[in-house]
Amino acid sequence: MPYQVELPHVGESVIEAVIEKWLVEPGQRVEKYDPLVEVVTDKVSMEVPSPASGMITKIMATAGETVPMGAVIAEMDAEDAPAQPAVAPAPQAEASALNQFDRIGTLVQDANVGPTGGVFEDTSLQSKRDAETGDEAQPSRPAPSQGRRLSPVVMRLAEQHGIDPSSVKGTGRGGRVTKADILAASAGAGASPVLPVSSRSGDVPLAQNAVKKLTAAHMARSWREIPHAWSAIEIDVTGMVHCRRKNRDAFRDLYGIDLTYLPFTVWAVAQSLVENRLLNTTWEGDAAILRARINVGIAVASKEGLVVPVVHDADSRGIAGIAVKTSALVTRARDGRLELADVQGGTLTLNNTGALGSVLGGAIINHPQTAILTTEKIVKRPVVVSSGNGDEIAVRSMMNACLSFDHRVIDGAEASGFLQEFKRRIESIDANSPVE
Amino acid sequence: MATMNVLEAVRDAMRLEMRRDPSVFMLGEDIGARGGVFLASDGFVEEFGEDRVIDTPLAESSIVGIALGAAVNGMRPIAEIQFGDFIWPAMNQLVGEAARARYGTAGKRQAGMVVRVPHGGGVRGGLYHSQSVEAVLAHTPGLKVVAPATPYDAKGLLISAIRDDDPVVFLEHKRTYRLVRGEAPEGSYTEPIGRAEIKRRGEDMTIVTYGLMLHYSLQAAAQVAEQDGIEAEVIDLRTLRPLDTETVLESVRRTSKALIVQEDTPVASVGSEVAAVIADQAFFRLDGPVRRVTPPDLPPMPYSPLQEAEYMPSPIKIIRAIQQLAAI
Repeated sequence: MPYQVELPHVGESVIEAVIEKWLVEPGQRVEKYDPLVEVVTDKVSMEVPSPASGMITKIMATAGETVPMGAVIAEMDAEDAPAQPAVAPAPQAEASALNQFDRIGTLVQDANVGPTGGVFEDTSLQSKRDAETGDEAQPSRPAPSQGRRLSPVVMRLAEQHGIDPSSVKGTGRGGRVTKADILAASAGAGASPVLPVSSRSGDVPLAQNAVKKLTAAHMARSWREIPHAWSAIEIDVTGMVHCRRKNRDAFRDLYGIDLTYLPFTVWAVAQSLVENRLLNTTWEGDAAILRARINVGIAVASKEGLVVPVVHDADSRGIAGIAVKTSALVTRARDGRLELADVQGGTLTLNNTGALGSVLGGAIINHPQTAILTTEKIVKRPVVVSSGNGDEIAVRSMMNACLSFDHRVIDGAEASGFLQEFKRRIESIDANSPVE
Repeated sequence: MATMNVLEAVRDAMRLEMRRDPSVFMLGEDIGARGGVFLASDGFVEEFGEDRVIDTPLAESSIVGIALGAAVNGMRPIAEIQFGDFIWPAMNQLVGEAARARYGTAGKRQAGMVVRVPHGGGVRGGLYHSQSVEAVLAHTPGLKVVAPATPYDAKGLLISAIRDDDPVVFLEHKRTYRLVRGEAPEGSYTEPIGRAEIKRRGEDMTIVTYGLMLHYSLQAAAQVAEQDGIEAEVIDLRTLRPLDTETVLESVRRTSKALIVQEDTPVASVGSEVAAVIADQAFFRLDGPVRRVTPPDLPPMPYSPLQEAEYMPSPIKIIRAIQQLAAI
């Protein structure tokens, strides 16, 4: 009987994946844990390991197909998978000696135990023999990894990512493999697929790698379902420019990374969301859900396409903390090494289109989020500044911020409230503001 | 916003509700002319009169029984048990009667009443002024049990409790009364009963706690973050029944480790239930055993200051437990 290879579940809220590329073909022999196929979920690609050793007999999901988690994607003649290894019986000697006595006592049927002394039939006593053997507590499969103790989450993640825990170096007490160890071991699995480009008569069809395909479907859905509304605001960022310039060298010495404007804006977005919770929502089917955690997504152009890694709990981090986090995320995004956790749970997306020279934009909301903010190019402009001496013209660094919002959830008043708070936060930064 | 301590928050909540709703009244020992042994109702008898601020004999069973009778007839009583240690004579009225009023009358009557209970130790109260009484109450279906730790929560939750149509036991930790100050809105507002709150974010483990122990846990979490780089999430249960398992489970599934901190003794306690829920519904996310910090399983809170300190969980004991769990 052929053994059916299923697409494994890889995480909460991930319900389907795109088959990227088969690494084996029918008739080929594979060992257990050999990579079978590359799949892409939520813009992260991963290899599905073979659940058994044997011969691949049939491939049922073709490259490019979208398949639900748990679906059968191939069949194989397996040598070892379906057989459950025998389980050694647990030592029973002491227990059976004690079982000679009824240590629980016996409940008497038909006894006068009702509140008024009347008889009532206690049906709970009728099938008490089931519980007496105690054999059912035995595990249905042996503990893996040569007797090393594995916590439940480690076993689960190891299975999910197709990692043999015994091959992982443990950093826990006594060399125990921890959750962090397994996650680190699984992080290296993100291969980047390159598809051949075919051409005919001068037209060149663009390679549709899975990231591009998912992005296309996602953008179309966002545009189809979300009634977009837009608002934009001008911000005087002269203070932020000074602050960055003043702190840049010290920051590089301290953290080894370049201080960009991104952490300032992520910080201001997160703090503004604290006061304007309605923008920290996601649309789930037919209603919006106010999200407790403030997780700011950052749109990043990677070589495979647009990806949006997430700074989780951005409201609890300072500018420096955000800088360190975003620097790591952007690097991983550009290298195609993002993990699922890096891209999940975003509640609002920030898109720094200013880096591309844009001064005004209408971004498409990242479904199921309900708002996206773009920060535009910083431009020196003459502006009217009011001071004690009246109005005067000054050269200031100005930046536009444009907000697209889901009008089912957010009205103009709330959108403006958020933008005003964002503006206030950014304009409160000056050369002497601490970057920490 | 106003700054107030927990005691002032309790007083504020009661005063606002007494002014809003004439069916709200109070009864308890020394709550009138004396203003309550902790002065929670200081000035109330002058403002609301002896008909609505009723001094009772030392008879807890009667205090709760009278409150129950008034409640099923449409009044909104606030009964004060002077110290949690003295609630036991009232247990039949609470557990045997009030908790079952709805069911026992086939839903025709409801017992919307609040029983305020100053409880907890660390106040040199010894045997008779230090007990934690929450376990048996939280065990009882039909009751709601609220245990706030901050002025904001105390005020918002007490107003919710007074307006609730079911009997609510409101546990006020005596040590937090004047120890914990914080901001709260000046006017009336409600906090939902049955909702826990994450008071500190972290990814390395989840601390589940309530009452005074929230503050000790937050101190401990701040210190291990500083010295060891361990980021513990701290959940304030706020309500012990119904328990907000959703918030606890969401957090534990994320952090994969759970530490329960409570001032009550360990056996068959609120922490036991939290541990059971985690084992049942987050087992495959756990990366370590569910641990507890509690006092030893002994009957008294000792009177001797040295022994009391040894008995009570403290920030340093919580820090050790966090370090041990993090290192597993």
